[in-house]
Amino acid sequence: MTAAIETAALVKRYGKKTALSDCTLSIPTGHVVGLVGPNGAGKTTLLQLAVGLLQPTAGQIDVLGHKPAEDPAQLARVGFVAQDTPTLSTLSVADHLRMGAKLNPGWDAYLAGQRIEELELDPDQRAGQLSGGQRAQLALTLAMAKRPELIVLDEPVASLDPLARRKFLQSLMASVAEQQVSVVMSSHLVADLERVCDYLVVLADSQVQLSGTVDDLLATHHLLTGPRREPTRWPSDWLVIEERHTERQTTLLIRSSAPILDPAWAVETVSMEDLVLAYMGLGASQHRRDGDLPGPRRAS
Amino acid sequence: MIEFRLQTHSGVAPYLQLVHQVRQALRLGLLHEGDQLPTVKDVASAVAVNPNTVLKAYRELESQGLVSPRPGRGTFVTGTLSDASLVEHNRLRRDLERWLAKARLAGLDEESIEALFVNTFRSGSQAESA
Repeated sequence: MTAAIETAALVKRYGKKTALSDCTLSIPTGHVVGLVGPNGAGKTTLLQLAVGLLQPTAGQIDVLGHKPAEDPAQLARVGFVAQDTPTLSTLSVADHLRMGAKLNPGWDAYLAGQRIEELELDPDQRAGQLSGGQRAQLALTLAMAKRPELIVLDEPVASLDPLARRKFLQSLMASVAEQQVSVVMSSHLVADLERVCDYLVVLADSQVQLSGTVDDLLATHHLLTGPRREPTRWPSDWLVIEERHTERQTTLLIRSSAPILDPAWAVETVSMEDLVLAYMGLGASQHRRDGDLPGPRRAS
Repeated sequence: MIEFRLQTHSGVAPYLQLVHQVRQALRLGLLHEGDQLPTVKDVASAVAVNPNTVLKAYRELESQGLVSPRPGRGTFVTGTLSDASLVEHNRLRRDLERWLAKARLAGLDEESIEALFVNTFRSGSQAESA
């Protein structure tokens, strides 16, 4: 099956600054993918490479099996809503739809009209007079009405109030159910991602720290608490993501597909937020150790 | 028709929350055999949840024999959660009340009681599933 986004040793540098280094990733289609990471981790860079707004410094990126923005057909396959959900402030809602129809061969005027009606947007109103939530919805409408196979959203709800955010996610999920479009969206709002995403990618320190379906990730990560242990003797099939020791207690976040049988450990399931925080921290601690072993340490 | 809701930070997977809500509605008599569940799109849109999550919940309910999909029409309730258990509720509640009284007498506060109950319940269900 063709991947929604597939990268191999992808690198992007801006002058001396490395935004993405050695990024290898394969995201299947048919998911709503949450892309999370600290500011400056390379999320926007990755998304802009995927839609062809940026060119890689080195390495490969394929989107739905093609080079980003290689021809008009590829442009039609991918919808993009940039950060701050840009619209043209002097043009009316109706103007935006007319422009969408002119620029996009696969434009679905019925869908666009229906969404504008559902959102109760006045077609004659200028985009500059819309609320932030309405502008975001208009931008999503434009991206959806071109009937893309993949829609890429860069922090679409970051600047919205909670109600507008919920409404945006509701219409996004309705579109996903209706059009079976794959979605890749970056966000800091893990609570939102927990609702809408079934695939998670954590980017930190310009590298992919974690990638997989949410079900798999939650099923294979465990939080263990128990009496203090020496930190060198973990079972070989454990990947220790995070470890903390006090005089008496050891707390571990591990990845293991085998069940934890040792009764000395109290085993708890993890939430998406636990995972995101742990793997984001992994990027940060790597940075501190400056060039130490990349990625989680496999127990010896 | 029932309305779903979703709690994040509850530690319960979203699809399981939906499953529980249908089971709860069946137990309380809010859903009956023959009732239709909301469509996947309606739930996804109303709750702002991934459609795959709703599908997964409906498949789980199907495997429990509680609902079944009718192609082109939607998902319908086909099972009940035995009314017989409702009759037992009162007796079990009285047992539980007696147990609670004992726990308080032993000096446990609300928090300790809850922790003890949840712990026992968890280890019980883990032993069952193991």
